[in-house]
Amino acid sequence: MFAKQEERSTASDKGSAVARFCKHTLAVAEVELIKLLRDPTELFTRAVQPVLWIVIFGQVFSRARGVPTGNISYLAFMTPGILAQSVLFSAIFYGIAVIWERDLGILHKMLVSPAYRAALVLGKALSSGLRGISQTIIIYLIALVMHIPVRLEFLAITEVLFAVVLGSAIFSTFSLIIACVVKTRERFMGIGQVMTMPLFFASNAIYPLELMPRWLRVIALGNPLTYLVDALRGLMITGGVTTSGYAVDFAVLAVVFLAMLATASRIYQTLAK
Amino acid sequence: MRPEKSATEETRAESAVALESLTRRFGDITAVDSISLEISYGEIFGLLGPNGAGKSTTIKILTTLLEKNSGSARVAGFDVAEEPSEVRNQIGYVPQALSADGGLTAWENLTLTAKLYDIPARERAPRINDTLGFIGLAEFADRLVKTFSGGMIRRLELAMAMLHRPRILFLDEPTIGLDPVAKRAMWEKLLELKKGYGMTILLTTHDMDEADLLCDRLAIMHKGRITASGTPAGLKASVGEGATLEDVFARYSKGVMTEGGSYRDVRQARRTLNRLG
Repeated sequence: MFAKQEERSTASDKGSAVARFCKHTLAVAEVELIKLLRDPTELFTRAVQPVLWIVIFGQVFSRARGVPTGNISYLAFMTPGILAQSVLFSAIFYGIAVIWERDLGILHKMLVSPAYRAALVLGKALSSGLRGISQTIIIYLIALVMHIPVRLEFLAITEVLFAVVLGSAIFSTFSLIIACVVKTRERFMGIGQVMTMPLFFASNAIYPLELMPRWLRVIALGNPLTYLVDALRGLMITGGVTTSGYAVDFAVLAVVFLAMLATASRIYQTLAK
Repeated sequence: MRPEKSATEETRAESAVALESLTRRFGDITAVDSISLEISYGEIFGLLGPNGAGKSTTIKILTTLLEKNSGSARVAGFDVAEEPSEVRNQIGYVPQALSADGGLTAWENLTLTAKLYDIPARERAPRINDTLGFIGLAEFADRLVKTFSGGMIRRLELAMAMLHRPRILFLDEPTIGLDPVAKRAMWEKLLELKKGYGMTILLTTHDMDEADLLCDRLAIMHKGRITASGTPAGLKASVGEGATLEDVFARYSKGVMTEGGSYRDVRQARRTLNRLG
């Protein structure tokens, strides 16, 4: 049919599928970046919690000396954990922002566009990653002030940023999936509150897996946060070691993210209901 | 902004919108109950009906936002369930809620739209300029949308919906909450789109003046069904001499002025009104 041929020729003018996918993804992320730079207060308020954890909790706990942290101090041990935690805590509520966009109608505009659904989701995940990067900078600054021995090597820091973006993408996409299921802010808040603490405590963020009872260790090994913390511990801290190895850590994070992305892309459209 | 009259229009015998026994249920409620409808290219078609009559649900199905349960729906010749991305390329949509991003400027909102619709980079700026000029917002391009009046936001949303030169526009209550001046400005733009560019428009409205002035044909929905359809003049004549569209509306959706309309519809409308100030 003539009309369909015309469609095809215009579709090829638009560039390859991969180029279009990247363009859509970056367009969504760029908008979030513009808004974040225009009003960066959120970045500063998000810095408060990790400061409290490291300065207060960390200082007090490092006197307990009961926690086996290998050849690094407790403060150094927990710093990557607190970075992972602050990434988790901000990403896990990302769904709220999406529900807000749904209530406003912004989401519907996105969803009637021919953009790839996976690109819309990935764009959101990347913009959550941007926030993660700013949190990383803050944690490094705290660490320097507290004389925590961080690895100030270009490659190591690049890998830390990559891990943080990946972790942030995982939890924000997970959050998006929950938003697609519950659809209202009230219900989301309840679920978000219930999820953050278990994810945090059932991980190696502030104590090593060896200290955990067996059942909890099994749960922690199924928690992606554990692998994020594990990778960060080796990459951030001088003398820090990864228990599982970077290959395992990054492979787990990547697989979990792809699974989240696939799921979220599939159900994103239902959020328009 | 020149949504050129497509050359394929004549070669394609199909209607702009064709619904056959379209049905959508939410649990026990049948929001859209086996409706059939045809809209021709170049026509402004109005869907009227009390809150909860199924107008927005119908539009959501046609814009690929919601799946149907049964029946068929074709938009610009494409099946909404089978070829959603083809449909998305052909249509523009202005949801009932205000959908422009207040944290961005008008230009940024339009740039995002242009990218999501794969408008080539070299065409973006001229097309955005054209569209802003058409809609009368050229001098506000770099202002944050949250500083706009309700009428300006609505016009920006129309600009966003037509930037990719769709063949059919879907407008869900395009003038809800606007003051009379802003309302009239919106009407003028819609008529200009139809007369100048042969745009096909499907809109829902509660405003009988709007329906009378804009629409070539109307359908009145009540409890998910189409209870009457025709030209405004024809519908008025069917009710009686000297009848107004209000009379037509009352006749074909009678007894529902006080019921119907879920809490969510009302909340949504309120929120839109609040944002419009």
